[in-house]
Amino acid sequence: MLGRVARSTEVYLVGVLLVLSVVLFLLNPKFATLENIFDVLRNNSFLGIVALGELVVLISGGIDVSFTAIATVAQYVMGVLITRYAVESVFLAFLIPIPIGIALGAFNAFLVNRTRVHPVIITISNLNVFYGLLMVISKGKWIYGFPAPFRDFARLKVLTLVSEKGVDYGLSIFTVVWFLIAVVTWLILQYLPIGRKVYALGGNSEAARRAGFDIFRIQLFVYCYIGFLSGLAGFVHAELNQMIQPNAIVGRELDVLAAAILGGASVFGGAGSPLGVVLGVLFIAFVKNGLILMKASAYWHQVIMGFIIVLAATLSAYQQNLERKRRKGV
Amino acid sequence: MKRPRGRRETQSLVLAAVVVFLLVLLGVLTRGRLLAPDSLQSIAFQLPLLGILTLAQMTPMLTGGIDLSIIATANLCGVVAAIAMTRGNVPPLGAMVFGLAMALSFGVFKGLLIAWVSVPAIIATLGFMIFIRGVSLVLTKGYVIAGFPGSFLFLGNGTLFGIPMPFVVFFLCAVFLFVLLARTRFGTYVYLLGSNPVATLFAGVNNGLVLFVTYLLSSFLAGVAGLVMIARFNAAQADYGEYYLLLTVLACVLGGVDPAGGFGRIPGVVVSVAVLQVVATGFNLLGLSSHLASALWGLILLGVIAINRMIGGVET
Repeated sequence: MLGRVARSTEVYLVGVLLVLSVVLFLLNPKFATLENIFDVLRNNSFLGIVALGELVVLISGGIDVSFTAIATVAQYVMGVLITRYAVESVFLAFLIPIPIGIALGAFNAFLVNRTRVHPVIITISNLNVFYGLLMVISKGKWIYGFPAPFRDFARLKVLTLVSEKGVDYGLSIFTVVWFLIAVVTWLILQYLPIGRKVYALGGNSEAARRAGFDIFRIQLFVYCYIGFLSGLAGFVHAELNQMIQPNAIVGRELDVLAAAILGGASVFGGAGSPLGVVLGVLFIAFVKNGLILMKASAYWHQVIMGFIIVLAATLSAYQQNLERKRRKGV
Repeated sequence: MKRPRGRRETQSLVLAAVVVFLLVLLGVLTRGRLLAPDSLQSIAFQLPLLGILTLAQMTPMLTGGIDLSIIATANLCGVVAAIAMTRGNVPPLGAMVFGLAMALSFGVFKGLLIAWVSVPAIIATLGFMIFIRGVSLVLTKGYVIAGFPGSFLFLGNGTLFGIPMPFVVFFLCAVFLFVLLARTRFGTYVYLLGSNPVATLFAGVNNGLVLFVTYLLSSFLAGVAGLVMIARFNAAQADYGEYYLLLTVLACVLGGVDPAGGFGRIPGVVVSVAVLQVVATGFNLLGLSSHLASALWGLILLGVIAINRMIGGVET
């Protein structure tokens, strides 16, 4: 049953995305150029990666709002190290934020498990703690002027094309990373025992406990996974902007939550899929891009985004109500 | 019923101990400046804003929900009142009514969706937060609206018998909510609904209506906070005070409100708001970073939770 609802959400989203694309194309043909699409995909890779982490937490019945602080701490430590020691290897730079993300995620998991307080409270507290301490220690200083290899890596493309004006464009490496993570997340959730346990915990935690699952191990996996992706996304964000500002990411927690929920993840746990979340991020990205291309005043963006989220949530709740009534009727 | 209440009481005791400890510590560190009349006066001016917003957050949390749109609602109310006063030359009282009416009308939609379409509160209010902030942005075009009549500024900066007006407003809101929650049938329903919505439904309570009124109430209190805020700053903007949002949730939980619903009382929440403000003011006096204060807020909450776990032991 859950599979069917999830699948229908995705079919729904694909349809909406197609209609949206056609409308945007008719309003401004520039929308459908590969150059524009590639650009949108590149700019949203940070959001896309962390949204996949949030999805896994949501499926388990938890929630994490501290990932923005985790990504910031991870990328900041990386920035300090690679500029101070002039690290030439991008691979080495890439390895720095990941363990930091995982460690902070493990701290979240430990507190969620031991205190049995709702994860939203634990992660709000940790958002304050991680970010507050980073701001105190860093004094809010920006980091820029990365070593050359780090700068060149940001321009890496998997597929390079040349536009009519003779400018290179193509599918960014970060977009590929994002989609790769989506596939890996799907494989984990669908085929690995731990993935099935995540669904089980979110579907019915009491049943999962009585079935003898080690709840702490599942929670540890879930919060470390979003920690890992936050670290990775912190790296991507630093690459995309070629600058690290401690206050650039914090404050975007709810954007990511909105993307995950639009993609069919449930705040009650047990439902949602990586494909849906990728589509959710794309939907938000296309709407924003379309508004920019139509030169709609920036003030209207939020009105429209808010309206879409409320509408999507209302339709999905309405659908569930119908479903519930139908089941009762049988 | 008895065991949870006992636990809540230990939580209040722990919190009270934390307050006393912090007051003494910060008092000593600031060499008594924290408790000097002008510091207390400044606390009394600053505390009410967070206080009223926390009260707005509290009722939804008692029902097991949450309202992420309170800051956006406060700003919208402020912006509408500001526009009415500066561009429409509406007298302050009329402008306040306009602002509150605007806040309430969004509250009606929000309440309808949560109460009767059963949209999860966290998603519905997330959407409304973005939507309402957007409306304020459209109204202000991102600019600050400033320069209100003196009679209106009294609400934010005046004193009544030596007590700062914002504090008077906060006190009235707290008393109003206290009476509503502790002394009326509606209040009892709120607590019961938060503990077990199926039981209240079978007991013949109109769950939808209780939820609807809850979110109306939260919009109204957020609107009041918005009026106090613009009177205090003598300016209105679409995105003032957004960092208060997660802080209100933190203040509620610190004050003993159970995020799963059903438990939490006004006195605890008022004390917890005071703790947060004392920490902020004390740090300010010591010349320490406000970010250190926010890290400490998080640590205090985690600490109180941990201590409760140790005392509460077997529970849950």
